[in-house]
Parts: sequence; structure tokens; C-alpha cells
Amino acid sequence: MIDSIAGGNLVSLATLSQRAIVEVLDTAESFVEVNSRAVKKVPALKGKVIASLFFEESTRTRLSFETAAKRLSADVLSLAVASSSVKKGESLRDTINTIDALGIDAVVMRHSSSGAPVQVSRYVPHVRVINAGDGQHQHPTQGLLDAFTVRQVLAARAGTSGRESGSELFAGLKVLIVGDIRHSRVARSDIEVYTRLGAHVTVAAPGTLLPSDIAQWPVTVATNFDEALATADVVGLLRLQKERGSGAFVPSLGEFTSTYGLTARRAKLLRPEAIIMHPGPMNRGVEIDSQVADSSAAVIEQQVRNGVPVRMAVLYLTTAGATLESDPND
Amino acid sequence: MAERERLNTRQRGTVFVPKSQLLSPEEVQRAVRRMAHEILERNEDIANLVIIGLQTGGICFAERLADVIHEVSGVDIETGTLDVAFYRDDVTIRPVLESAETSVDADLADRVVLLVDDVLYTGRTIRAALNALADWGRPQAIQLAVMVDRGHRELPIRADYVGKNLPTSQEEAIDATLDGVWIGTLVKK
Amino acid sequence: MTNSTLVIRGGLIVGPLESFVGDVLIADGRIVEVGPGITAPSGAVEIDAAGCWVGPGFVDLHTHLREPGKESAETIETGAFAAALGGYSAVVAMPNTEPALDSVAMVGYVLERGKSAAVDVAVAGAITVGRQGSQMAPIAKLAALGVRLFTDDGNGVQDAGLMRRALTYAQPLGVTLAQHCEDESLAQGGSMHEGASSSKLGLTGRPAIAEELMVMRDIELVRLTGCSMHFLHLSTERSIALVIEARAQGLPVTCEVAPHHLTLDETACETFDPEFKVHPPLRTASDVAALRAALRAGAIDAVATDHAPHTPESKDMAFDEAPPGMLGLEQAAGLTLEALGGAGADPQVFFNVLSRGPARVAQLREQDVRVGHSAHGGAVTVGEDANLVVFDPNASYVVDRDSLASRARNTPYHGRTIHGRARATVVRGRLIQLEGIIQ
Repeated sequence: MIDSIAGGNLVSLATLSQRAIVEVLDTAESFVEVNSRAVKKVPALKGKVIASLFFEESTRTRLSFETAAKRLSADVLSLAVASSSVKKGESLRDTINTIDALGIDAVVMRHSSSGAPVQVSRYVPHVRVINAGDGQHQHPTQGLLDAFTVRQVLAARAGTSGRESGSELFAGLKVLIVGDIRHSRVARSDIEVYTRLGAHVTVAAPGTLLPSDIAQWPVTVATNFDEALATADVVGLLRLQKERGSGAFVPSLGEFTSTYGLTARRAKLLRPEAIIMHPGPMNRGVEIDSQVADSSAAVIEQQVRNGVPVRMAVLYLTTAGATLESDPND
Repeated sequence: MAERERLNTRQRGTVFVPKSQLLSPEEVQRAVRRMAHEILERNEDIANLVIIGLQTGGICFAERLADVIHEVSGVDIETGTLDVAFYRDDVTIRPVLESAETSVDADLADRVVLLVDDVLYTGRTIRAALNALADWGRPQAIQLAVMVDRGHRELPIRADYVGKNLPTSQEEAIDATLDGVWIGTLVKK
Repeated sequence: MTNSTLVIRGGLIVGPLESFVGDVLIADGRIVEVGPGITAPSGAVEIDAAGCWVGPGFVDLHTHLREPGKESAETIETGAFAAALGGYSAVVAMPNTEPALDSVAMVGYVLERGKSAAVDVAVAGAITVGRQGSQMAPIAKLAALGVRLFTDDGNGVQDAGLMRRALTYAQPLGVTLAQHCEDESLAQGGSMHEGASSSKLGLTGRPAIAEELMVMRDIELVRLTGCSMHFLHLSTERSIALVIEARAQGLPVTCEVAPHHLTLDETACETFDPEFKVHPPLRTASDVAALRAALRAGAIDAVATDHAPHTPESKDMAFDEAPPGMLGLEQAAGLTLEALGGAGADPQVFFNVLSRGPARVAQLREQDVRVGHSAHGGAVTVGEDANLVVFDPNASYVVDRDSLASRARNTPYHGRTIHGRARATVVRGRLIQLEGIIQ
């Protein structure tokens, strides 16, 4: 386990200790304040060059990261690789070496293949690598911003600040994650971050959308979805990839909705203080009904808003300073 | 914020080990009261003053100064806290500092801002703070109060109010709180 | 050099039934004397084999030479050098070249190119045209050319009806069909073993059942048709158990395991390094243990490398996009020794799985002038073709991917210390390799 991402990479939450996670959340609190100022910009990454490398397009995540980088005064190289070199059959190593030759300090990358950021971190060890979502593996900043959002909501209710509460608001918290766990990088990152902070995670999905070795995961599998909903403090929905709904893993989207969708009827089962989350983009009417998504229990917009300060925290911690090993005071 | 942090408390893996006490808690309180009077003397329109404590070492002195000024003048002084981790010019040569809360609710335009820190050393923290304050607008003036000035300036910065001048060697470290001022060293945890 | 005289001095000569320390005299491509204290004729080249095992040259049932089609990854010439360094005197070239070895012309081309290679090159023909799994290749014509093994390796023959017809057609020809057992409807899109590692890594898995189901199916097809069948690179405990059971029932089935399935498990993929991507995939630690136990017990006919060269640029892709396969020839014997328990292993079992077993499966025990190869996997006795290896079970070295004889460098063993190395390789009486240097 790593106790801090300072000076390192962020490719997975699986190796981060609770302390490392809380450090990111606390740093993000500082950036929430920066984002509330008239001048939403600090010079922490002045002179740094951050490449934003989206092998798989995701406008929302890319804009969130690029906004974060710019508010830290970094220069951003935004490369639409999905449409260029890869189609010409260039290897991952050649692509990253070409971009590295432009002189970059960090790379924020999204890739449709699991593990691509891990490989890149081996190809260019002097560059900080921040995973913006890789295949079905991890989406670390989504996991962090989900946890940050939960802590923000709970801290406000408790009349304290997130920073003061550390991880204590997560102790015993019941988190229910619903939907396509098997193919979801968000689920993998969320499960890591919530369990590390002390929450109890339950998953609910048809058997085909659960990993084959779910019994080895640090989660409980809900046998009755409605009952699990009735006791949950946090309900995290996942986007159902529509191409997976066409007969391969569930008989139909309609059947999925009727068995595992958060419909208006099911939402009535929730405790009044339950928090409803979704990483977006939503399939309204599939995993979540519109009226539930737009209800006061849903914090989906807050999640999006928190993306910027959380990503600022990640970029600041990984990229601003020297590596821990090179402390000149040593 | 001073040297405690500049040298390490918020840097990872070191801790301040005290050697001897230079000022007792009572002496610190007396110095703070004296500074409060100096501040009142120099600022006729005391209500126009905003006191900003630098994270984390300056906070306790900022609050104490605001309290004493209130006691003496009856005026409520607006306060805030400022963390300069994101403004430092040495971020690239050392591991990043842990950040702390910034809270500046007041509109600083045309106000007199009093920055408060525990120890003035190289002056780089204050430079970072001046840069940060520029993002909040254009104060009429910025003044600086520190509990301890230990010398070794690397930038043309001086304090307007000093609790105590304490010449030190660069190998030493100073820890200043309302509980007293100590000299000691920083060691790895 | 072909007619030079060699003496292999003082090694442990490993016969099929017994081993003894002695010398081997080789002249004119054959073994002319075996025994202690042989007096060498003047001009004979002496090879010191003290502390080494001397036995029949290794035979690889499963080599991808990539020629024709992918000469940037490997050629028949470079693949044969890699084989010679690994202690092999013969390899069976797999037919998944471009174009596939599914015709008299293509098989003839590889056999012809193989005649000038450092080791004997036998050829496996494709079962179906273009390895497409839809129409039978000219199995009888290729059999007449001397092809003894047929496989669509890289793919299993998915269509049970077609497989049944191929076995029925091949049975009277005296040839063996070899299957890459993976049911694509279960394995498709997968890039590693389906299990704890794959689900953590978010990589689609190739489940063990994909392999085992095809092993079960093909055993029943062998029972039905009576054609002999060889199971390629079996990787799970259950697959091996199925073959052992079928063999006990008298069915004509044989099987091989690959060195990587004996020495690496699924957790190696957790680095996302595509060097560890292979089909069938690296399995669980308990599968590795079961394979090793079966190997020691003599239940496995052959260790076969599945030597699969790929260019660096193709392996520098994302894990799920990179092609499966890894190099094997140069390290296989040392890894087999490790799986058998190191230098204390039974040398007879060692030569059974690396030479005598595979030579029997590939029908290379006799010379065949049609395909131009000599006899392999023999007993190290007078009169035999001199295809021999001097293997030092106590030598050790660190694998360096940049100093391999293969054109490719995709070894998963870079940096690993391997114990056991072929000190010398003799092919048709000629010293091909000595101390890691091609002669």
C-alpha cells in the first residue's frame, strides 16, 4: 500500500492506503475553496506541461481534467489520439514516446484497454501518469470524487468539515453499488475507495453482470435488491453499456430496468437520507428514472462539480513536487 | 507559517524536536499585546483592518491579535486564514506540501491587510502570500506581523511588527506558539 | 564439417531405461561407439561432458517459425538457431503461417527451406484450408509428402461435425490430428485466464472450461473414430486428468504441456505486461502444481514450447490488443528441469518429455528421406543417427532478451535466472552449438 501519491502516479486505487486517499480528499477541500474565488487559479503547476491523452473519447472527463490543469496554471497539450496515430497501427510505446519527446511532465490518459496507463508508466518512468479510466480496470479519480462527494454531504449534515472528519463518517456506512459491476472500472475504483475508508459495500446485479469470482471480493452480494435499497446510506448506480444489454448479458434493457433499475417505485423504498449517485452519462429510463435522477436525493451534479477540485488535488499532489525520494532536505 | 512548515512539519516524515525554551508562554502573551498596541497606533481606522493568519503556524497569533485589538478598541476585527502551498516557488524542488484551509471571506479591496505568521525566516512564504493575496483584489496596504524574526532573509522582505528578534543558525529550527517559543532541530520520523 | 569426428567425453549417458557415465564417439553422422574410455581417432573434436547429461537431442512438437509471412518476427533459419541453442535437434513447424501450411506447395516450401537449417525441420499441416475451420485441407496429399501431424493451432477446430469428419478421414492415413483446445464461444475476446486476477484487472477472461470442454469433446470423437489425437499445450489440472483417463481406457491420445504453463501463473499478468499474454492463458498456481506433478509422474508425453515470436512493435500494444504468444526454445529445457525438481530430477523423465516422447508423437523415430530428416529421440546406441544434446543441469544463467538467437525478443523470462543449459547440440553428427555459440 502507498501512503501518499505525492510525486508518484495514480493508475489504480487498489494500492492506495486510507491515508493516501484521505490526503487527496483533504487537498481537494483546499481546491474547492480556490474554485470559489473570483480568480480560480493558483500557480502551483506553473511551467508544467500536462498532456491530455484520450485514446477513447470522453468529453466530460477530458474537460474536467483540463479545467483542473489550467486552474493550476499548467500548460495543457490536448491530443485527440483516438483519431490519429492509433488508427494507423502505431504501438502504444511509439505513441507515448512521440508525445514525451514534446517535453511533458505528466500525462492524463483514457484508454479502452485495461492496464494501458500501467504500461505507459513503464515506457516513460520520468513522466507522472494519471489514469483517467482504462478499459474495465480502474477510474481512480471517479472513485475519489465519489468518496469526496459522500464525505461532503455527510459532513455538511453533521455540521463539520470534510477535512476535520477525515474518514470517520465512512465507518459502517452502507454503500450499495448497482448494475454492470463486471465491466465497470467505476465499480472497481468505488469498491476500493469505499472499503478502504471503512464503508461496507454491497453489490446488486444480475449474475451475468457480476465478476465470476465475486465471492472473493470484499463486498456482499445482495440477494434481494429491494431489501438492499431499504437499508442503504449511499446508492451508486452504474451506466449500463447499451451494447451489453442486447442479449449478451441481459435479455433486454427493459428486463434490466424492471429488475435492477432505480425506478420511481423503487426509490420510495429508500431511506429519506439516502444519497443517490451516478458517474454519468446516465441512461435515463434504463438504470435510473428521470424523476429519481432529478430528485433532491441525487447528488449527480455535485459529483460533476467535485470532479475539478478532486482532479486538481490529484494533479497537484502527483505533479507539483519532486518525488518523495528526492527531498533536498534529506 | 514560517519555518516550522517551510522546513518540514507539513513536509513528510520529519518532526520538530525541542531543545530549549527561548520564550515562556507569558513572554509570548506580553509580546502579542505589545504588537497589538503598535498595530492600533499605526492604523487609525482599525475597522478597515483585516487580519489574515498564515497556515498553519500563524493562525493562533492572528486570532490572539484580533482578540487583543478587540479588547483594547472594542472593534470587531475581520479575520481569515491563508494557505500558500499552491503559491510557493520551491514546489518543484521538494515534495509537495500538504495543503490547509484557506478562508478569506472579506473583500480585500481598499482594506489594510495584516498578514500574521509565527516565524519570519527566508521570506519566501511571505512572497507566496503576497502573490496569493493579489488574487483577491487590490488592498490599500499590506502589513506583516511575526512572532519571531530569526534572520537569514533571501528576499527583500521585512516585518512591520516583530514579537522577538532571535538570531539563529540555519541548522536550528524554531517552533513558536502561544505556549512558548522553542529552539530545536527537525529530525526524520 | 559434416563428416567430422566427435567424442563426447565423460557425461552421464541417459538411455530410456538406464544411465551410465561414459563416452560417445560420433563419425559420419552416426554414433559409432558408446562406452567408457573410448580412444578417440586423431583429429576428433572432444567435448567435455563431465557433470552433464548426454541424451537424444530435444524435439519440439510446437514451434512457430513464422516463415512465410512474418519473417520480421522469425525465420526458419533464426528459429533453428534458437532451437540449437536450446538443445533441440528437431522442431515441428506449426502451420499458422501466412499463407497457412495447408497445401503441397506451402508444405514443400517450408521443408525445402528447412533442409538448410541448423536443426531438422518437420512440418505440421493444417487440418482445414487456411485454418478457417470450414473445409478440410488435403490431408492425404500432405500425408503422402511425409506430414505426420495436422493442426489448426492458434485456433481449435470449433465445428464438432467437421472435426469428426477430419478424424474419420485421417484415421486410415496413420497420421495424428493435434488440437488447440479452446472453445471460442467461451474464450472469445479474452486475454488471460478467467479468475481472481482477471476480474481485479478488468481483463476479459478465457475460462478453463473453454479448454476442458473441447478436450472432453475430442476425447469422445477419438473414441468414435479411432484416429490418434494429440492435445496441444494443455494448461489445466482437469484437462490433464481427462487425457490420463482416456489413455487408461486405451484411447490413442497423447498430450503436451508448455514450459510457461509449468513455471508461470495468472498473477504474472498483473503487471499488464503483454509478454505474459498467451493462449491458452497462464492459469492458477494450483494448475501449475498439478501440471508439474503430472509431468514428474510421467503422465505427460511431451513438453512443447509453443515458441511464438512476435516483433517488439506488436507486443508494445495494450494487453488486450497485443498478440498472444511467447518465445520458448532457448529456455524450455531449463524450465522443464525446474518443473521436474531441478538438478536432482530424474534424467530419464527429463529426456522422455523433451526428446523421446515428442519424437514418438511426431513420428520422428525413423529417418524419412521424403521430408529429409534423420531419426530423433533414440536410445544413444551404436548405429543411431547422431542427434544428441549435452545438457548441464548445474549451469545457470540470467535470461537477457537482447541476446537471444531468435529474431524476436518477447520472452517472459527476461531477468530470470535459469538453471540448466544445453552445453552442446549435435545434429546428424555435426556439432551445431557449443557453450551457447552456434558453430
